[in-house]
Amino acid sequence: MRDFTYVIKDPVGLHARPAGLLVKKAGEFASRITIESEGKSAEAKKLIMLMGLGIKQGAEVVCRIEGEDEDAAYEALAKFFEENL
Amino acid sequence: MERYIGKGVMRGIAIGRVYLYQKADIQVTDQKISDPAAEKERFLAAVEQAKAQLTRLYGEALANVGEDHAAIFDVHKMLLEDEDYLDAAAGEIDDGYNAVYAVDLAGTQFAEMFAAMDDEYMRGRAADFKDISRRVIRILLDLPEEEIRSEEPVVLVADDLTPSETVKFDKTKILGFVTVKGSANSHTAILARSMNLPALVCVDVPLADELHGKTCVVDGFEGEFLVEPEEEILSEKVVRKNQWIADLEALEKLKGQDNVTKSGKRIDIFANIGNVKDAEEACAADAGGIGLFRSEFLYLGRDTFPSEEEQYTSYKAVLEKMEGKKVVIRTLDIGADKKVDYFGLDPEENPALGYRAIRICLDREEIFITQLRALYRAAAHGKLAIMFPMIISVDEVKRIKQIVEMVKEELTKEGYPVGEAELGIMIETPAAAVISDRLAKEVDFFSIGTNDLTQYTLAVDRQNQKLEGICDTHHEALLRLIEMTVKNAHEAGIWVGICGELGADTELTEWFLKIGVDELSVAASAVLKVRSAVRELP
Repeated sequence: MRDFTYVIKDPVGLHARPAGLLVKKAGEFASRITIESEGKSAEAKKLIMLMGLGIKQGAEVVCRIEGEDEDAAYEALAKFFEENL
Repeated sequence: MERYIGKGVMRGIAIGRVYLYQKADIQVTDQKISDPAAEKERFLAAVEQAKAQLTRLYGEALANVGEDHAAIFDVHKMLLEDEDYLDAAAGEIDDGYNAVYAVDLAGTQFAEMFAAMDDEYMRGRAADFKDISRRVIRILLDLPEEEIRSEEPVVLVADDLTPSETVKFDKTKILGFVTVKGSANSHTAILARSMNLPALVCVDVPLADELHGKTCVVDGFEGEFLVEPEEEILSEKVVRKNQWIADLEALEKLKGQDNVTKSGKRIDIFANIGNVKDAEEACAADAGGIGLFRSEFLYLGRDTFPSEEEQYTSYKAVLEKMEGKKVVIRTLDIGADKKVDYFGLDPEENPALGYRAIRICLDREEIFITQLRALYRAAAHGKLAIMFPMIISVDEVKRIKQIVEMVKEELTKEGYPVGEAELGIMIETPAAAVISDRLAKEVDFFSIGTNDLTQYTLAVDRQNQKLEGICDTHHEALLRLIEMTVKNAHEAGIWVGICGELGADTELTEWFLKIGVDELSVAASAVLKVRSAVRELP
């Protein structure tokens, strides 16, 4: 299992557009990927649930990755967060 | 004639026929079906067809209104691919309900979930679920796509418009927008601005069928919607409209032109902005740079101080947006008259003369240092200049420069790439104007804030309507202070700009050029107007 913590910088938070991109990115990997914030969690491959977390700017999120391609997914997602959120 | 008042969200005048846009009333029943497997196939086929529509609409919108507005269709398509949404509808079909009912239920369920969220943006997403479900239902019922069926261009009148409706309409068929609901920041308003079409929201007009096809006038200047106006009023509006279009075309031609007089004297015209989004408008208006970026927006409307990271992101975004053009960012200018509870400021008798702006920053240095760190980190991404408000003494400037040096040293030690930035001050107190000869030796530029300089020089409160008569923005005392400041700046070899409202006052443009002002910073919407005034000077 790999995980990382990230603080959202985008002024609108995890809004529809980047959430959609995150779903696409997560879909490239076989690993189970979850996003946790303020005690709630959602699968990164499910857009509505992800948006339902209502993640705002400044919120701390934990991304957990578990599966056979977890190392590659970790690299790709860490980069994705840094560049898009 | 009937006259309705609304909120003008985009200036301009449209004259044409009303197109009453009303959504077809779709009847949904909880009728049971006998073959759930076949019904599920029908549902999935409709979803596929809806996705194909959205792909096409995305492509069209991309060409018509650009990526920002087109993105809505891409998001809708992704929502239609969401397992939870599909499972919710499929579950109802498995229970024997018809597909239309199932889709309607799934859409309502998710719309309610988002409508209950505590974030305004997320609450707005409820409309998206209704929007996508409606699209699938129309396909299931074999109803045509909602569109404007009109040969001639029309004024679109509706209760409210969903984001996807606003974007998909054929631009060439719309003269203007009138909605009963909506706000200045609604999608319709934003889009109307990008399409340059007059628009009114919050218009209390009854949407009766008779309205359809009637001649009407949308006046975005006055915020009025006239239905079947009399001949006389109509011809008045036609004149006004032609004038507006002629002005618009004349200004449009000035894009890409230099701010130079007939005899070859030139001046920079920059834009004042209040947030990252405004920078786009400044670019669209062909501003030569940003002459005043008010950093207050980062501090207002929230419960905690903005972090260094957050500020850095915003400053960097504007610097990158301006692609190497100069961006002057003013440090925090907040006082007791602005509502920022977390600053813990005591109420004051006279906030304009109180504990505010640089006075807070030099007293509570931790706030100042966070902002300076963010600024210097952002400076690596463009051409940054930093200016400090409410200066009255040379000592303040010296103290600021010490703190700046300390911040730069710390950042370098921590391994951050630190950019260079010009340092300047606002000349907005009579004290600063009077000692501008000495201040000029300490900084790289001056920016004259004429709004505060006027009120402090004349001892006239700008907000007090009873004093309007004596608030003379061309008062000789004020003009002498400005002239003196410009002269002192140039003697010390530094540049000087004007960033208050006076900068856009075209009665003074000639005088500004004559005394040698180097830059005028005005609202984005005034950039071309001032350019036009400069170019007409001898």
